[in-house]
Amino acid sequence: MDALPESVDAVAEGLRAAGYLPGGSTALVAYLATRLHKPVLVEGPAGVGKTELAKAMATYLGRELVRLQCYEGLDEAKALYEWNYRKQLLRIQAEADGAGWSEVQDDIFGEEFLLARPLLQAISATAPVVLLIDEIDKTDQEFEAMLLELLSDFQITIPELGRIAASSQPVVLLTSNNSRELTEALKRRCLYLWLDYPTLEHELAIVRLHAPLLPDTVARKLVEVVAMVRELDLKKPPSIAESIDWARALLLLGASDIDAATFNETMSVIVKHRTDIELVAERVGLALA
Amino acid sequence: MSIDEQLLQLGDELRAEGVAIGTSELLDSVAVLAELDWRDRATFKQGLAATLAKSPEDRRVFDLVFERFFFRAAEGAAIEAGVVEAGGVGANADAAQQIDLEQLRAQIAEALAEGDEGRMQDLARLALAAIGRASEGSGVVGIDVQRIRRALGLRSDPQPDYPPGDPRREGLPRDALRRFEAMLRRELERAQIERTQALPPSRPLGDLDRALPSGPAADLAAVHRVVAQLRRRLATHGVERRGSHRHDHVDIRRTMRASLQTGGVPVVVKYRPRRPRRPEIYVLCDVSTSVTSASVFFLSVLHALHDSFRRMRSFVFIERISEVTDTFARERSFKAISDAIASDAGVADVSGYTDYGRVWSEFRSLVEDDLHPRATVIVLGDARTNGRDPRADIFATIAARAGRTFWLNPEPRLYWNYGDSVIDAYTPYCTAFECWTTHQLEDFVKALTGSRS
Repeated sequence: MDALPESVDAVAEGLRAAGYLPGGSTALVAYLATRLHKPVLVEGPAGVGKTELAKAMATYLGRELVRLQCYEGLDEAKALYEWNYRKQLLRIQAEADGAGWSEVQDDIFGEEFLLARPLLQAISATAPVVLLIDEIDKTDQEFEAMLLELLSDFQITIPELGRIAASSQPVVLLTSNNSRELTEALKRRCLYLWLDYPTLEHELAIVRLHAPLLPDTVARKLVEVVAMVRELDLKKPPSIAESIDWARALLLLGASDIDAATFNETMSVIVKHRTDIELVAERVGLALA
Repeated sequence: MSIDEQLLQLGDELRAEGVAIGTSELLDSVAVLAELDWRDRATFKQGLAATLAKSPEDRRVFDLVFERFFFRAAEGAAIEAGVVEAGGVGANADAAQQIDLEQLRAQIAEALAEGDEGRMQDLARLALAAIGRASEGSGVVGIDVQRIRRALGLRSDPQPDYPPGDPRREGLPRDALRRFEAMLRRELERAQIERTQALPPSRPLGDLDRALPSGPAADLAAVHRVVAQLRRRLATHGVERRGSHRHDHVDIRRTMRASLQTGGVPVVVKYRPRRPRRPEIYVLCDVSTSVTSASVFFLSVLHALHDSFRRMRSFVFIERISEVTDTFARERSFKAISDAIASDAGVADVSGYTDYGRVWSEFRSLVEDDLHPRATVIVLGDARTNGRDPRADIFATIAARAGRTFWLNPEPRLYWNYGDSVIDAYTPYCTAFECWTTHQLEDFVKALTGSRS
């Protein structure tokens, strides 16, 4: 499917069909991203479905997902492109006699000798793709600066080759856990989407979608307890991913109700710090008893 | 006024509240509106938010400014066009008499418990008509809102007098109550504008409005994040080199070995690897009553620093000084540490007021032999001496022995040197920073590690 979506509702519908329940302004921003060809910066606490959104977008649009996972020390050789040095050497040796310098030089800096890394792959693909740049806040500011050309003009400049412009318009999603303030220059080029913990009803729908066999009463109780736990002052409040894990765990255990005993046994699925566990056991355990 | 002009004005107001908005953002917002069917208020707002507000803090300010701006714009247009709402607040006092107050109270409580936005809006207008008229308002919106709320008997704490099933028995949800108050406030403002036929001057947002809600553990986590960043910066940026260390040292052994390849001629000179300097940190933290509000923040900074640096000694002080390095090494949880420090640090002597002069001399005698130019001294305190001698001369000798000295002051710069604050006596010997939020802590980290690169 190459056509662009028609309306916000169409996007919401499509994402739902791909197994992602968009909440709030998610569908709206996703729609704008496809229409305006602007990258989207998705921020929010860990585990609220930032990466999932990109996957769902790819499924919905019928495009390939190209993913670049960022980490400290990521450089352009791993993100953009690299010269295939071994192949270049072989080429030179094969041509050892006869060929002139300039011919060989022209030759070995051709696209044939280029190793495309995710970013180059994304813009040189013939069919449009969804490009996910995950956890951009983990990289250094220098890397961000390097991305700017790609994000605003969808092109990459390789000194030996010149400019490579995108042959198709990718949908670009950047995610960040807000562990560092991103530069203004990067933010300016993006649409902004803040994903937060969902409302009770919304989360219930998500849990039902991912654990359809879980009894309704348990599912409702589960999201209520998770909401209660998030209210507490914790180091790391449970995310949607953790509610889903918990739902699956309860399903496996065949629980028919969440009482104090079940909660204490399975609590470690949603709370993962020692101090948090103590606090949660004290407050929520009492409320359930 | 056309929509473009309105957008530009909205952009101006956001800028005035400190949201960084460039021309490109405004262009984007216009482009976004071209793509959307924005007759729906929520769509309109979300579309603008996606282009204009690019962080959670900005989003919060945006929400507030958006409400304020379009409320004022609509009211301004209404005055110009001479629109007066029929059935508005001023309209019919007689009809107001007929509203059954008891029933209204129950209805409002029900709407609040359900969180029904539209019904709350209607009931807010009704309540204003019923109660706002009964006695003339005080003219101050905030007081009127509270008066009406009390008259309606809306409280968030449980009221067991009501029969079971009544939402008021359990207490009303706090955030719904807050929303309802905001609606009352808006209706009151609307009525005032209608009466006076003029817009009141717009009020800038206070710090309290714009602050994101958070709890102590979340704050602690934020401090830890900033300090982790500090450690990473210190590790990757390298440190200033002094004296003979500025030059590389030739590694004779490795140079000779390398020279074997060139027939004994040392063509390639090998240097000794540079060893990164391990920072050694001394932190002094004021825990007296004048910094009570800040000392939780300071203790969490200390806690986070201890997580990151091994060669660190920490001290707390009021009148005397006491080393608490062991407490931090022994206890892991923040609560246990603050309890331990509160109970047995033994830093208060007679008066319980900070005595900087005594603290400096005790600190000097404690660590005099250990201080060296590679050490960093960080003081967390408000420099309020309670009229005692600041003894800046002792502080100067400490600063001279240590490599670097920083002062983090939990008071806004405005209050420095005001009253008994004597921070100026110390600033010649150290670099002072204003520091009472994690943002400012981040600024300190930047200044600490960025200035040398």
